[in-house]
Amino acid sequence: MIDSLIELTLEHIELILIAVAFAAAIGVPCGILLHRNAALRRWLLTFTNIVQTIPALALFGFLIPIPLIGGIGKKTAIIALVLYALLPIMRNTLVGLQQVDPAVRESAIAMGMTSRQLLQLVELPLAVSTILAGIRVATVTTVGTATIAAAIGGGGLGVFIFRGIASVDNTQLLAGAVPAALIALIADGGLGWIERRLSPA
Amino acid sequence: MTPAVSFSKVHFRIGERSILADISFDLWPGETLVILGRSGSGKTTALKLINALLVPSQGEVLVNGESTRRLDPIRLRRQIGYVIQDVGLFPHFTIARNVGLVPELEGWPLPRTTARVHELLDLVGLQHADFEHRYPRQLSGGQKQRVGIARALAADPPILLLDEPFGALDPVTRFELQNQFLDLTRRLNKTAVFVTHDVQEAMRLASRIAVLHHGRLELLTTPAQFKMQEDGEAAKFIATL
Repeated sequence: MIDSLIELTLEHIELILIAVAFAAAIGVPCGILLHRNAALRRWLLTFTNIVQTIPALALFGFLIPIPLIGGIGKKTAIIALVLYALLPIMRNTLVGLQQVDPAVRESAIAMGMTSRQLLQLVELPLAVSTILAGIRVATVTTVGTATIAAAIGGGGLGVFIFRGIASVDNTQLLAGAVPAALIALIADGGLGWIERRLSPA
Repeated sequence: MTPAVSFSKVHFRIGERSILADISFDLWPGETLVILGRSGSGKTTALKLINALLVPSQGEVLVNGESTRRLDPIRLRRQIGYVIQDVGLFPHFTIARNVGLVPELEGWPLPRTTARVHELLDLVGLQHADFEHRYPRQLSGGQKQRVGIARALAADPPILLLDEPFGALDPVTRFELQNQFLDLTRRLNKTAVFVTHDVQEAMRLASRIAVLHHGRLELLTTPAQFKMQEDGEAAKFIATL
């Protein structure tokens, strides 16, 4: 029990780290793109909003028959988790960039910054705590959603939970739920701390 | 002599709406032109046409004889200081880095930038040792605007654009900064375009006053002549004195 508890906990953390890393690597650049392009903003946000409304269990199911990205196992699970984590990261990146004081942006442009310098020296540093808040929210929700990954053979703490449900065994249920809750709390606290450290001004 | 800034039959429209119509004037090096007008008269728009934040819908704005349509906007802007009412200091940079930003963008060696920052902070009446390591949030409104002016002067641009820079300050601080501005533009021989709706400020600072009304240049004259106006928008401004 203890052995598999440690193993499944690590597997769970692995799912989360990979999913959030991909979501951030895609979501932050997408957020920047949306900030620069109003037309894109409308349809891409709509798309991710729709994804967000699909129940997690259904989304995992939808992905299984899709060639290349689908099938049973970790890969499909991670793709579904990335899709869920994308929205909060993308939206917070956009919001963070858009809430930069217009006077600050105007000064930067009037002083002769190129749009790249404006982004790197001014907009991103001022948006960083909002972006991190998005990553934090995405991480915490992914901890929960990742338990469903077990339904399609993705592993993680969901294995205990599904087994607990099937065999009406509270010990197994708790063995899945308690570590998941702990991971969520630790991730929330840790990322919140980094967020405060990096917040400008 | 080439005018420092020259407007030639400039129109500016947003969609169907005309913001500026048929503006022409020459501004000579060393002059301080004050653009006086009510809110919505188009004065900020006129200012933004000079550093290519906006481009005329029709006509030409020339800076040192070259059209802003053909100049590289980045190069142009680094040779023009810009000061606005909201100051727009970078909240995540120290005062020193704020002031030294254009030199930094221009790739000056650090010791030269640092020396320049010290010189400028002292010039605008802020002891550099006291202020260089602080952040904008630790400064009063008047101090921020002093930093804003130091920042605009950093790379020694020949032209300064100021958009109601002292509008948010208390009258005493405003008076002090106006004096400092007069002293600086004379001593450093800058060409300045200064936008305001404060007629007193216009009379104190201007070598010439341009009155904008509904996007048209109604009058362009010296403060002495301006005071004698008996009708039009100018007279309405004078009546408030």
